Amino acid sequence: MTDLALGGKAPADRDRILRYLQDYGVYLGVAVLLILNIFLTPHFLSAENFRTQAVQVAPVLIVALGMALAIGSEGVDLSVGSVMALSTSLLSLYLGYGTWIALIVALIGGAAIGVANGSLIAFIGVQPIVATLALMVAGRGLALVLLPQLKDVRDPTMASLGSGDVLGIPYLVLIAAALALVVAFVVRRTTFGRQLLAIGDSRPAARLAGLPVRRVLILVYVCSGVLAAVAGVLATARLTASDPTSLGNLMELSAITAVVVGGTPLSGGRIRIGGTVAGAVLIQLLTATLIKHDLPPSWTQIAQAVVIILAVYAARERGKR
Amino acid sequence: MTGTVLSKAKPMKQPEDPADTEAGASRSERVSALAQQHGALVTLVVAVIAASLSFDTFLTADNLENMAVSSAFLAVVALGMTFVIITGGIDLSVGSLFALGGVLAAWGSQYGTAVALLLPLAVCGLIGLVNGLLIARSRLAPFIVTLAAMLGARGILLSVTDEGSKTYLVDKDTFFATLGQGKVLGIGAPVWITLALFVAGAVVLRRSRFGQYVYAVGGNEDAAALMGAPVARTKITVYTLSGLCAGLAGALNAAWLVSGVTILGSGMELEAISAVVIGGTLLTGGFGFISGSLVGVLLLKVIQNVINQIGSLDSAYQQVVSGAFLALVVIAQTWLGRRRRVL
Repeated sequence: MTDLALGGKAPADRDRILRYLQDYGVYLGVAVLLILNIFLTPHFLSAENFRTQAVQVAPVLIVALGMALAIGSEGVDLSVGSVMALSTSLLSLYLGYGTWIALIVALIGGAAIGVANGSLIAFIGVQPIVATLALMVAGRGLALVLLPQLKDVRDPTMASLGSGDVLGIPYLVLIAAALALVVAFVVRRTTFGRQLLAIGDSRPAARLAGLPVRRVLILVYVCSGVLAAVAGVLATARLTASDPTSLGNLMELSAITAVVVGGTPLSGGRIRIGGTVAGAVLIQLLTATLIKHDLPPSWTQIAQAVVIILAVYAARERGKR
Repeated sequence: MTGTVLSKAKPMKQPEDPADTEAGASRSERVSALAQQHGALVTLVVAVIAASLSFDTFLTADNLENMAVSSAFLAVVALGMTFVIITGGIDLSVGSLFALGGVLAAWGSQYGTAVALLLPLAVCGLIGLVNGLLIARSRLAPFIVTLAAMLGARGILLSVTDEGSKTYLVDKDTFFATLGQGKVLGIGAPVWITLALFVAGAVVLRRSRFGQYVYAVGGNEDAAALMGAPVARTKITVYTLSGLCAGLAGALNAAWLVSGVTILGSGMELEAISAVVIGGTLLTGGFGFISGSLVGVLLLKVIQNVINQIGSLDSAYQQVVSGAFLALVVIAQTWLGRRRRVL
């Protein structure tokens, strides 16, 4: 804080600190919350608690990874919550044909919504927010048409996927971590990742440079759809029930928050996967802190709102540069 | 599109369209423009005729009155949304503000009608003002600011209702309840209030200086600023207006239901945006009209009503149809818009 005050004389200093905060503020936030909790919250430092928190954050993180890709391409995917609902409906409908077939059908459902989103955006030129809004409404409806009400999922493979672990680390957490690594690799090291960032930076420039803009955009939304479907499947496995009415509700908000808080600018062209992971963890910790201190859920929502605004406010300088 | 918007409003229905003003507009261009402007109205007429031929229960006084009243609240929200979208923005907080407005109105009704109306207007208007300030002065993206406001408003709603467990009731004998329950000439009071607001909104958008600024800001913000339009003030005003509309709609809804129901309003922002877009307003800003949003709301409600009448279909189909319909409208709009730009 004192640095900031001194920096008033030299704008370059202030600029540097601001940029530092934009890049690493989210990690700082996580660290502060961790330290606060260790001192203030009883039983916070138990393996059981960490396990619970990690399992709860896993689906949000997986959805946020896909959201990061969409936001990096200067888009957004509002349909992710509905895709989770659709995947859980498909999963429980097809479980009779075998667990693996049901899993694949659920993921194909997510990919199909992604193709629809991507086609509207890439071929017709509809703004991402509207295209994915249409699929959000229709997707939830479709999920409810397929499976009108809550249904128990009694399948040993699914149950072990939801509650099993390796060396004490739950499958859910391992899968989320693996996916985060894969997406980080894709963004940094693959042609697709570079093309996606170029398109997010400037679509006209990318088109003039001869990049396959449409193909890349469709693939972005397919990735987002499939990742949301994975999150839906994992959430179903954890709850051992399919609930298309409520599964994934407001998930798009949590995912966007995680991405934005993690330092990925909404203006596209840049993706921070590490920040997205930290962003998801930050929101989970914030919620957990408020709940553990018996503060009502209404506070959680207000706090989340404040965090979003702070994060976007901190990031705004970069957007202009 | 921006060239004409600052010119004086002409006494025509839709003077903003370049096709009307350019003498040499080709025929197909005019057809495209007409389809964009009146497509929703034509679809509405066709849908109403088809529905009344298919279902005996559709064209009954009860059903029509019911549809009109339930459309009224969404229409008021869509009215504010239309202003926001014409400036090229979006307001995702309206669903939460609608619910918050209803709860505050129901709580306030114990202190009289004035409190019941002014409290939700003040709180929701204030949240809208904060949205506008963050968007216009701090230059944050509208969708993320109003997203945060959506969460924040829902949080406030929960904290004033004991985490959603308390429902405030409105005394049926008060004047406030009459605003929702009363009837004039056999038609519910909310419908009349909504119609009056739409006339006022259309006049403001078409005939006032502020209305012209709204179009100018949406058409091209930089050009508007260079021409001396108060860009920031215009934006702040439209988001405040949207908050006020959502709060008022919530209050009227509470008067109609005689209680402040806490679970309302989720998904309403989507319905309102759909209605505005279906009505022909472009999400890219700079083009749109108030009457279209009313038609859009009615069309959505007719579709919902028809699906409800088909007994075998449950309400989930409603969402599938609404989503598919929204996609179709946007595809058509993009296509028509592209044609007009190319020609």
